[in-house]
Amino acid sequence: MANRNNEAVLQNIDWVLVLMYLLMVFMGWMNIYAAVYNEEYKSILDSSQDYGKQLIWIITAFFIAFVILVIDGEFFPNFAWPMYGIFLLVLIVVIFAGLEVKGSKSWIGVGSFRVQPAEFAKFATNLALAKYLSNINIKIEKLSTKLIAAALFAVPALVIIAQKETGSALVYASFILVMYREGLSGGILVAGVGLALLFVLALLVDELVLTLILTAIAALSFVFIRLKGRNLLIVGGILVAAVTFIYSVDYAFNNVLEAHQKKRINVLLRKEIDPKGAGYNVNQSLIAIGSGGLIGKGYLNGTQTKYNYVPEQSTDFIFCTVGEEWGFAGSIIVIGLFVAMLLRIVYLAERQRSTFSRIYGYGLASIIFFHLAINIGMTIGLAPVVGIPLPFFSYGGSSLWSFTILLFIFVRLDAYRFQILR
Amino acid sequence: MNLFSDRKYVISAIFIGLALIFLLRLFYIQVIDDSYKLAADDNALRHKIEYPERGVIYDRYGKKGDKILVYNEAAYDLMVIPKRVKTIDTADLCQVLEITVEQFRERLIKLKKQKFSSFRPEIFEGEISLETYARLQEKLYKFPGFFVQARTLRKYPRGIAPHALGYVGEVDENIIAANPYYRMGDNMGLSGIEKSYEVPLRGQRGVKIVMVDVYNREKGSFENGKYDTASVLGQTLISSIDADLQEYGEQLMKNKVGSIVAIEPSSGEILTMVSSPTYDPNLLVGRLKKQNYPKMVRDTLKPLYNRATMAKYPPGSTFKLLNALIGLEEGVITPSTTFGCGRGFHFGGLTVGCHPHASPVDLKFSITTSCNAYYCNVFKNVIQKYPKAAIGFNVWRNHVMSFGLGTKYPTDLPQESKGNVPTVSYYDKYHGSGRWNAITVISLAIGQGEMGVTPLQMANFCSVIANRGWYFPPHIIKQIEGGRIDTTYLKKRLTKIKREYFDLVVEGMRNVVTNGTGRIAQLDSLTICGKTGTAQNPHGKDHSIFIAFAPMDNPKIAISVYVENAGFGATWAAPIASLMIEKYLRREVKRPEMEKRILEANLLPKKEDWVAKK
Ligand SMILES: [Zn+2]
Repeated sequence: MANRNNEAVLQNIDWVLVLMYLLMVFMGWMNIYAAVYNEEYKSILDSSQDYGKQLIWIITAFFIAFVILVIDGEFFPNFAWPMYGIFLLVLIVVIFAGLEVKGSKSWIGVGSFRVQPAEFAKFATNLALAKYLSNINIKIEKLSTKLIAAALFAVPALVIIAQKETGSALVYASFILVMYREGLSGGILVAGVGLALLFVLALLVDELVLTLILTAIAALSFVFIRLKGRNLLIVGGILVAAVTFIYSVDYAFNNVLEAHQKKRINVLLRKEIDPKGAGYNVNQSLIAIGSGGLIGKGYLNGTQTKYNYVPEQSTDFIFCTVGEEWGFAGSIIVIGLFVAMLLRIVYLAERQRSTFSRIYGYGLASIIFFHLAINIGMTIGLAPVVGIPLPFFSYGGSSLWSFTILLFIFVRLDAYRFQILR
Repeated sequence: MNLFSDRKYVISAIFIGLALIFLLRLFYIQVIDDSYKLAADDNALRHKIEYPERGVIYDRYGKKGDKILVYNEAAYDLMVIPKRVKTIDTADLCQVLEITVEQFRERLIKLKKQKFSSFRPEIFEGEISLETYARLQEKLYKFPGFFVQARTLRKYPRGIAPHALGYVGEVDENIIAANPYYRMGDNMGLSGIEKSYEVPLRGQRGVKIVMVDVYNREKGSFENGKYDTASVLGQTLISSIDADLQEYGEQLMKNKVGSIVAIEPSSGEILTMVSSPTYDPNLLVGRLKKQNYPKMVRDTLKPLYNRATMAKYPPGSTFKLLNALIGLEEGVITPSTTFGCGRGFHFGGLTVGCHPHASPVDLKFSITTSCNAYYCNVFKNVIQKYPKAAIGFNVWRNHVMSFGLGTKYPTDLPQESKGNVPTVSYYDKYHGSGRWNAITVISLAIGQGEMGVTPLQMANFCSVIANRGWYFPPHIIKQIEGGRIDTTYLKKRLTKIKREYFDLVVEGMRNVVTNGTGRIAQLDSLTICGKTGTAQNPHGKDHSIFIAFAPMDNPKIAISVYVENAGFGATWAAPIASLMIEKYLRREVKRPEMEKRILEANLLPKKEDWVAKK
């Protein structure tokens, strides 16, 4: 039975997706080698260097992927809840007993072997959310459903914030996209974008001026569209809500955020120029990528990344190496590969007969998308500097393992799609 | 159950939309905007300038003689790239440099305010000692933005011939604007040989582009040195100066104002060029220059002024030699022609006085006794030979100019004055056209009046007589190692006067030394030929002049000596010239009493006299 099962799995694996994964992992490794390239340790296999270590992470990741593929397809939906529970527990324990690295207490490990549980909580949360939303009796229109679903990913996010890993916590917001696919009103996306826009405006424009502008727009719509009755109330309500939001953003920015967070946002919004301080990373990152030109400086010829002008060049800023050494051509290939992978996942998710598998697939796509948006966005100055890795590329075991697990559970679920109708 | 499957399009569109935003942004920063490329180069590339060593200058005996006039000594500058300086423990650096933290900050702020990009290296502390350099070298990695650049400074082992050698100094904005080779902070020759031979001496600066990491550590050459240029060493020059003679001349001229120029007649090579008061050229090198230069500029005796090529004096009686030659060539006199002299030349109401001597005077005796009346007659007759004074004057003037007077012949010495031989138009302007004649300008007959001759021109004039009618333009560099000197110095220039007339004049000059006004210059069997002169000085005591060459038949040295405010030519200038000739031809001076008298003489103008007369 198990044997036949394995054969079926191998036959039904989506090799396109796996190939994309292998390509990304390989490209990531090559770029890590270029980023931390050290004349004295030229061998890419040298385990005293990050590129040698990454190879170990890659090999172990392949092993994990293999294990996932041979695990029974039923395992993941069945054990979604226990896994979610265990990881939530681990996350909480880490707050008290974790290792502190660079100011955030989010690591566990023995000796030099360290992992970040927050990374792994992503797949557990994704499983739990898929499990919850795929329940036949679930009606997403109900407020309670929305709240419970939101709580499923908001709780781990909050715990992670407590670990001072704000960046990793933000990733959980990407699950809103999954809920949208499953029927959440599109208005939430519009409102989300609207709020984001208002947020930025609130920080850039004086709140009083902004209030007056919004009031003027409302007044104009009143005059020209001749609003009546209920619509009038709605516009009025939106106006009041917007103004309240503006003032609370302003208040939160000045009183809740810490100084360094404020600075990062100000630099991003070009309100402050600080090439030595908060803006240093972004500035150096832009220089590295911008100096790559159309076809780049050539492999191992990137002066900015090789000579450490870019901080965190093998982890969060790995895209700088791509941009500098491979130029715009390389940027197209990498971004193209990511989009291809995302679309492939969407395509595969849509072909699932199992709602669980589909929701899990969308969760996977949403997480990768969010990482991609923030990570590359930050290297090219379009997003604030939030320390989250570029999936499959960035150096680091936690990240690579976590994304391998996330992806291969989906590959496993997809390979299993004919055997169940859920 | 798949109710909202259309939403996959919305979600896919979001994914693709993000990718498009990224690619647009990337296209802009990577392909369109060039500023990041420049910033990247600014980050990681350093243009290391390699200054080649400036050429060494030897004296006329070249490398074999091993008498170096100037060579180079290593010096280290602490450089800073202001923009790269991070907040560091300045106390540590200040301690090594022995400055206060406040001074450190002030300097840095000053450098940052300069109009040039603060990415370019500037000298933070120039010429640091070897010891400081060693201590810095260990700590430098801690101070990003700082580095040590080695360069060289000129060193003059004997401290002689500053006016001939000239000095090196930092280029200013005008020089940079005129010559794109130079950059701020570069040195170049600003006077003397250093200036006229700047190009062979400086060599060619090399630029090496190296990559550095974020800690400013060098990481090798950029693109395998594709854009590097190698530096080319400055060429060695062999000067025509005789270092020993030059040094001796400077000693003799100590406490005197004036000049000595000696030339090898057969080549036009300048053997010695003394301008007194002189100074130690080592005082105008690097840091010392800042302290000493202003002092020297303020000095009323003008030590920086090169009297040998710049000062114009009336030639005085030495000029009679030239008038004799012109008179002979123009046929207005023969060697046996005589003129009477009753204490001078009298014409109408005009008298040019003369000292008491036998009369009448023929050519030979006129030179020996330096008779004024004789030359007034010669000059008058030359001019009056022609129908108009202006025509006669021009004939006379052309002869004068053919001796290199009143003209700038090509020479490798900068700042040369062309002296002055008055022109017809000058007199026309002064007296009115046709309203002057030989008598009006009669003072030219005895080398006074408007005539202005530099000591160098005077030495060359003497050299022309020694050669009996020709000269090579005087020059101070014999040879450029691996190069060739300007061929114009190798082109003979001729006068239009017959050789036999020169022989007559030379005989007269020999007589001056054997039993004439220049007897003091006599030196046993050596056939020194000379002529005394006294230049009238409206500001004070007359200048003492002597020109001489020796030996008579195979001249090796022609010399002019000027001693300002020293009176009659025989008193000071003649013995100095004689000692110089002895030193050059015999390499040893065996007239200790004469030497002592000269060395101990202080003929500097008394300050109060000098100031009062001005
Ligand atoms: Zn007389």
